[in-house]
Amino acid sequence: MNAITPPAVTATAPLATPAAAPAPKASALMRRVSETLGVVIPPLLVVAGLFLLWEWLCSGPGATLPPPSRVWNDARELILNPFYDRGGLDKGLGLHLAASLQRVALGFALAVVVGVGLGMLVGSSKLAMRGLDPIFQVLRTVPPLAWLPLSLAAFREAQPSAIFVIFITAVWPIIINTAVGVRNVPADYRNVARVIRLRPHEWFLRIVVPAAAPYIFTGLRIGVGLSWLAIIAAEMLIGGVGIGFFIWDAWNSSNLSDIIVALIYVGLVGFVLDRIMAFAGRAVTRGTTEQ
Amino acid sequence: MNRSFLEISRLSVRFGPTAPLVLNSIDLKVEQGQYVAVIGHSGCGKSTLLNVVAGLLPATLGGVLLEGSEVTEPGPDRAVVFQNHSLLPWLTVYENVKLAVDRTVGRSMSRAQRHDWTMENLALVRMEAHAAKRPAEISGGMKQRVGIARALAMKPKVLLLDEPFGALDALTRAHLQDQVMAIHARLGTTIMMITHDVDEAVLLSDRIVMMTNGPNATIGEVLDVDLPRPRDRLALASEPRFLAAREAVLRFLHERHALPAAA
Repeated sequence: MNAITPPAVTATAPLATPAAAPAPKASALMRRVSETLGVVIPPLLVVAGLFLLWEWLCSGPGATLPPPSRVWNDARELILNPFYDRGGLDKGLGLHLAASLQRVALGFALAVVVGVGLGMLVGSSKLAMRGLDPIFQVLRTVPPLAWLPLSLAAFREAQPSAIFVIFITAVWPIIINTAVGVRNVPADYRNVARVIRLRPHEWFLRIVVPAAAPYIFTGLRIGVGLSWLAIIAAEMLIGGVGIGFFIWDAWNSSNLSDIIVALIYVGLVGFVLDRIMAFAGRAVTRGTTEQ
Repeated sequence: MNRSFLEISRLSVRFGPTAPLVLNSIDLKVEQGQYVAVIGHSGCGKSTLLNVVAGLLPATLGGVLLEGSEVTEPGPDRAVVFQNHSLLPWLTVYENVKLAVDRTVGRSMSRAQRHDWTMENLALVRMEAHAAKRPAEISGGMKQRVGIARALAMKPKVLLLDEPFGALDALTRAHLQDQVMAIHARLGTTIMMITHDVDEAVLLSDRIVMMTNGPNATIGEVLDVDLPRPRDRLALASEPRFLAAREAVLRFLHERHALPAAA
């Protein structure tokens, strides 16, 4: 679970701190530009290479998947016009993605509230940890989709069931990371708080919350990634507007090109979600950790 | 009976009912305004002693009296400067000191008075120019100075220093030692300092408490350092009384109570 922290996060970090040397403006700008190019060009080259390879592999007579050129011809409208709406389920990918994102937003928001709350409780109380942690450890291994039949039975409607699946997927890493963060508040901070006699609520708000913030944001980032994984699968099963069902629908009508375009969009949105959480985490915890 | 300002009497500490004693029957009296250094090898329990005086650890037997009342819990009257500064990294230098002011002496002050008192203590360690910086942006020596300012801002009866300069380079350490001497001269605060640096102990303190090796550590000897104040490290370098005191401590640590070679 913790593996979902791509090393790419640090790869762009040097850009945030411009060269410290007081060089003339023009050459500093030049260096910025060349640094940016150095970061942008390699992935572009790799992507171009992959497309060429793909084209070559799928242009043969027996190819089962369409090459990029056919994807472009088949799905040009899908790629160029993500927001068309011809009623019913015949909508642009942007609208499908918006519907999925809305579900994720709702489910994830619930997971944040419940997860941070429970994590704080489990992290600060030995008794709560002993009681709840074994249950969490078992429940968190249940695959998200296994919850779907139960939640459909309970809610009897697709929308709340999907939201519940997102919630139950995202909540575990948030709980666990928050609890670890609270438990890892350095003993030194505890001693400082005892010497100046902080009251319990002051201790909590002024020491525990800021000290645990980096851990909490790690949990949120893992949680949002898992949510996005789960929503696609859940939507395939529940139907309606949403990128998951779009993919399933395209498969049923053998529109492989549509599926490929949708996959690229799903990947890009997932990437953006991850980056937003990473950025929020950095912004909130700026300067709160040593080094 | 004539009570001392700070009294440690028959203090023994063990961690757990079956564990061996870490400290065994410590007796120590400290008068108001005195600067006492506690020195000993690593693991002799000197930090444990300081933590009991601070109230952060409970005494197993015996106890600590400050101005006649028993120490049972931590409090601002025994402010601690921790070895690794323990500044809160999400607060600025100013906010770190201000938090301590607000929760202790500042409870009876106006907002402007709390601000002034915070700045006054930062000025005492010459950190007022860096008040807006966060701990990650200042050097180790500066962090330790802020830690000292935070402790002093609580107007403690006893200032407890737990190897305050241990993590610093020699030049920064000397500079900070001079600052602490100046503050001690100016405020007359009672100070108890844990150290493993013989020169530091002799230079700064009125009395040096030498601890035997743990477990079961106790006070081996107490040496009075009757060097006049203010003390100057350069002048003392060749001063016979300084050298004699230094030798006495060295002999205690490396002749009579040397660590076994295996350690």
